[in-house]
Amino acid sequence: MSNIPAELKYATSHEWVRDEGNGIYTVGITEHAQELLGDMVFVDLPDVGDTFDAGEDVAVAESVKAASDIYAPVTGEVVEINEELEDSPELVNSDAFNDGWLFKIKADDETELANLLDAEGYQANIEED
Amino acid sequence: MAEQTVLFAKHIEAGAKMVDFHGWEMPINYGSQIEEHHAVRQDAGMFDVSHMTVVDIKGSGAKAFLQKLLANDVAKLTVAGKAMYGGMLNEAGGVIDDLITYYMSDDYYRLVVNSATRVKDMAWINKQAASFEVTVTELPELAMIAVQGPNAKEKAAKVFNDDQNAKVEGIKPFFAVESGDYFIATTGYTGENGYEIIVHNDKAADLWQALLEAGVRPCGLGARDTLRLEAGMNLYGLDMDEEVSPLAANMAWTIAWEPSERDFIGRSALLEQKASGTLHKQVGLLLEEKGVLRSGLKVVFTDTDGVEQAGVITSGTFSPTLGHSVAIARVPRSIGEVAQVEMRKKFVDVKVVKPGFVRNGKKTF
Repeated sequence: MSNIPAELKYATSHEWVRDEGNGIYTVGITEHAQELLGDMVFVDLPDVGDTFDAGEDVAVAESVKAASDIYAPVTGEVVEINEELEDSPELVNSDAFNDGWLFKIKADDETELANLLDAEGYQANIEED
Repeated sequence: MAEQTVLFAKHIEAGAKMVDFHGWEMPINYGSQIEEHHAVRQDAGMFDVSHMTVVDIKGSGAKAFLQKLLANDVAKLTVAGKAMYGGMLNEAGGVIDDLITYYMSDDYYRLVVNSATRVKDMAWINKQAASFEVTVTELPELAMIAVQGPNAKEKAAKVFNDDQNAKVEGIKPFFAVESGDYFIATTGYTGENGYEIIVHNDKAADLWQALLEAGVRPCGLGARDTLRLEAGMNLYGLDMDEEVSPLAANMAWTIAWEPSERDFIGRSALLEQKASGTLHKQVGLLLEEKGVLRSGLKVVFTDTDGVEQAGVITSGTFSPTLGHSVAIARVPRSIGEVAQVEMRKKFVDVKVVKPGFVRNGKKTF
């Protein structure tokens, strides 16, 4: 069974979201998602300064098996991207919840966070799949 | 319920992630497909290929039968153990399967055919065999382990007994020797040196364990696919099938036209296809920017007459050895050195090369 940290929020499309304070949220894909995708070979990230609506596709995680869209969990502006992934996309496999983070987004409206799942809700969501 | 090979428990022991592969529960990887790929290019890896089907053809009519059944000519095989690759075609010149034939003697040949096509292969072979003096025997009691990589032979030597080592000494590619419990062939599906070892089910787990202890890394079907694709080797069902001519699938070299009186199944259809001038050809594609070429994607280019032409990627992947994506495509013969592939709603430029990208650890284009 994959690890689902209790302190994070989750989207049904398998992104995780960590509250970094000041309205900034770090986003990655879950361990479950990377297991489904297999070895990551490219991660196509947005540019810092790009803005997205919640649910809009922001990035692409491409594995040996498939290309998978990553969606913005909240509306906002990208303030930082994980440049390590350019040379080491495998960090998404080896450390999905930490070194394998994708980007940080500054939320326009933090109430949107309420639309995400908690760890228990995400666990239930995986089990339904 | 999917079938399991005799090595199923060894896969679980090694931490395999199992998937259903055409009705067989097989390891897709044992953690990381890419690391397994590198193990085969740089050291030694092993694959359970026991799901493949071994068929012995025996009898006074064996040679004549296979000269009819196969597009390649078994008459080329005159030394015991010599192997030959080629297609088994239907009357329309489509590929029923691609297979390896081993020559044992004039009245005994061994075929190794794909597992996904086993049922139709056996039906076809048995049907064609009816008018020849042959017996067709499938050998499900045999398992097969492929040991591949630059250090594969050296590591396998630790597992072989003295007689086996003496027999494989100096053995050429595409050749098999039999000794003790093993039928050892210098064949493979990775573009590296190594062996494919056929062994009775009862002895297969011991062989797997011995190879493991000799430092050979278990590798799954995921790595097998990226390795064969880098090597430019066809995968049946993707790169060719019954609807595809071997002449459009880089298999022209496996068709023995001479002697011209040999009337193998599919011959007249192939001659018509050649004369039609509309046959596509197989090429390799390189994508040097980000992204992965995948099977089914459309390939477009403008020919020298200014006409838009289109073909299709039959299999594509990320190449762990090269660090970018490669693909096998079937396209009109007028293709030049560049083309475009439609990926995720945009067109990206690709280079066109001969199929085959990596051999013996080295780039080939």
